[in-house]
Amino acid sequence: MENNYSYIALIPLLPLAGFLLAGLFGKKYFRRSSGLIATAFLLIATLLSIYAAYYYFFKIGRVDGVYPVVTAFKYTWLRFSENLSIDMGLILDPISVMMMVVITFVSLMVHVFSLWYMKGEERYSTYFSFLGLFTFSMLGLVISTNIFQLYMFWELVGISSYLLIGFYYDRPSAVAAAKKAFIVTRFADLAFLIGILILGFQGETLDFATLIQRLSDTASPQFIRITGASFFGISLFTWALSLVFIGGAGKSAMLPLHIWLPDAMEGPTPVSALIHAATMVVAGVYLVARLFPLYHINHVSQQLVLYVGTASALFAAVIACTQTDIKRILAYSTMSQIGFMMMALGVSGYSEYHGLGYAASLFHLFTHAFFKSLLFLAAGVIIHNIHSNEMRNMGSLRRFLPVTHAVFLIACLAISGVPPFAGFFSKEEILLAAYNSNKIVFGIALFTSGLTAFYMFRLYFSIFWNQPMEFHSKHGEMAASIKVPLLLLAMTTVFGGFIPFGHYISADGARLDTHFHLVFSIAPVVFALAGILMATLLYKNKNGRPDRLASAFAGFYQAAWKKFYFDELYLFITKKIVFPLVGKPAAWIDRHVIDGLMNGIATATGKTSSLIKGLQSGKVQNYTLYFLAGIVTLSVIFIYLWK
Amino acid sequence: MNEIPLSHLLFVSTALFFIGIFGLFTRRNMITMLMSIELILNSVNINFIVFNKYLYPEKMDGIFFTIFIIAIAAAEAAVAIAIIINLYRSHQSIDVEDAEEMRY
Repeated sequence: MENNYSYIALIPLLPLAGFLLAGLFGKKYFRRSSGLIATAFLLIATLLSIYAAYYYFFKIGRVDGVYPVVTAFKYTWLRFSENLSIDMGLILDPISVMMMVVITFVSLMVHVFSLWYMKGEERYSTYFSFLGLFTFSMLGLVISTNIFQLYMFWELVGISSYLLIGFYYDRPSAVAAAKKAFIVTRFADLAFLIGILILGFQGETLDFATLIQRLSDTASPQFIRITGASFFGISLFTWALSLVFIGGAGKSAMLPLHIWLPDAMEGPTPVSALIHAATMVVAGVYLVARLFPLYHINHVSQQLVLYVGTASALFAAVIACTQTDIKRILAYSTMSQIGFMMMALGVSGYSEYHGLGYAASLFHLFTHAFFKSLLFLAAGVIIHNIHSNEMRNMGSLRRFLPVTHAVFLIACLAISGVPPFAGFFSKEEILLAAYNSNKIVFGIALFTSGLTAFYMFRLYFSIFWNQPMEFHSKHGEMAASIKVPLLLLAMTTVFGGFIPFGHYISADGARLDTHFHLVFSIAPVVFALAGILMATLLYKNKNGRPDRLASAFAGFYQAAWKKFYFDELYLFITKKIVFPLVGKPAAWIDRHVIDGLMNGIATATGKTSSLIKGLQSGKVQNYTLYFLAGIVTLSVIFIYLWK
Repeated sequence: MNEIPLSHLLFVSTALFFIGIFGLFTRRNMITMLMSIELILNSVNINFIVFNKYLYPEKMDGIFFTIFIIAIAAAEAAVAIAIIINLYRSHQSIDVEDAEEMRY
């Protein structure tokens, strides 16, 4: 097998070049064209990654029935000891190649869309440079060979997300949202780092392949040591994997670290499509999938993944039913869908047919990336025309934005799981995997997918039907740079489901044939159609039923409307417990003890020097006198006192 | 011939030393101060010679030291006079009390 993969390095480096070019020189030299330059770079990267995927999956193909893991290159960056080093490298395996295609493609669509969306913006070139930075770091994240390399790119992704959420920095709410996102994910990353340190210390390596090979072999000395040691009665292995999962949950907005995601919608809408729908927020899923062999042999941490995923899916779907800000609804829906992916990883086995959950999870990640970014871009068109995020200010837009209407409907059908759109296939696989392993989870998942259909069509009808409204916007949706991404993404949404995904991506790398079960898929489709029907009854035409329904469930509705008081809970904990009990004493110690010590030293020095400064008289003979006195004293000491 | 006792010679050198110190403290003229320093140095020279002669007459260490000190004193005088000339150029005076800027 030839190893001619050096061009892979170009895929992340091209967006980086775009970032540097637009960031350093964009403002001065090519203010207008910076968007086009960044887009051109990304187009090349996209073509390269599609070529790489083609080459990887079809040209090289399987070796001994599994797809090989190729290390395109590797370079030791920091060597701590004989066994432990941080490497920089590029890994190619089915999931990283798949992610590379998704990231570059969605990023390209978002770049093209932004050409129109951000036109006339004051910081046009800065925006494109941030997008380039994000794309670079996300690509670096998925092709990391090493858990520490992944962690570095993980943080880079976090900072670019922070920069883009706070892009409109003159709005206080955007600044607060950026800060919140950064702090919450940073907090989760601390757990991630501790998990990495435990894994690195006990596994004696940071390299993914070696780590997985050592720790999934129950006879290896590292495995015996890490499972033998325990902390608070839980084995270190479980601790390490759970801590790593907390990092992933922070990035993927899983319960209870989800609070930053809805606020992150303060960023420009194309950014939400790229970062907070398609790519960055699925990094947690990617991480668990990357370490899946370890999660699979550690039952406790896999259960944690399962229940956190399931709870987040249901919880977010309930909240989404009550919100009125269209981007926030989409944000909660993202959280719910990622919950589905985590759930699928949680129920998955490892080999052959039991590995269905793993394949289904990544399949859903794949299809979700397309239809969710499509939804966000369509929402971007609407927001740009209406100048409002509020559902109440919209209605009957199907007459004015026909293309947006069509693609939005397609994406809604896809996310609801109506055949033959992409979401149907991936969601059906997830439900099947859940059905095979855990009936309770399956029930919750089925109910949640019905809810998904309900809130998505509530959104759809409220925007495009419902009340009549006056539309007077000169933007429209005529620009080619809006239509092309919308239509391309709509195409992937329609046809993406027909890819035999299990053939290419499965937990053990072998071919997984997914059968289509007609009988099984009746239930999900019925639930989806019931959700859609209910939404039609309630929201297609303006009527009093939604309000009556809300007042019938007044208490529950209020709680869901307030997002189950999670923000209030966090504020209570920080403002009432952390600040007075930890922050204030710490500040007091800092101000009085630490600063006091320093100030005391400074005062003592100042006092002493003002006392003795008279000696510095400038009179030569005084100095001679001191000198003589010194000599006499020393003589006395050496002659009479020194024994 | 009666030898001069050691204590007499040491008395001379001590007297010379304290005359030098006195001159250094009381005079304000830099050239006089330089001359006082020369006196101090020469008192030390006398000490060296005297101790060499009386304690270790077979050795010459004290004499060598004296020659070194004379050589260094010559160099020191050259440097000191250069300083005095520069002081005169900047202050139009060689009185040390006129040059008191370097203080707190």
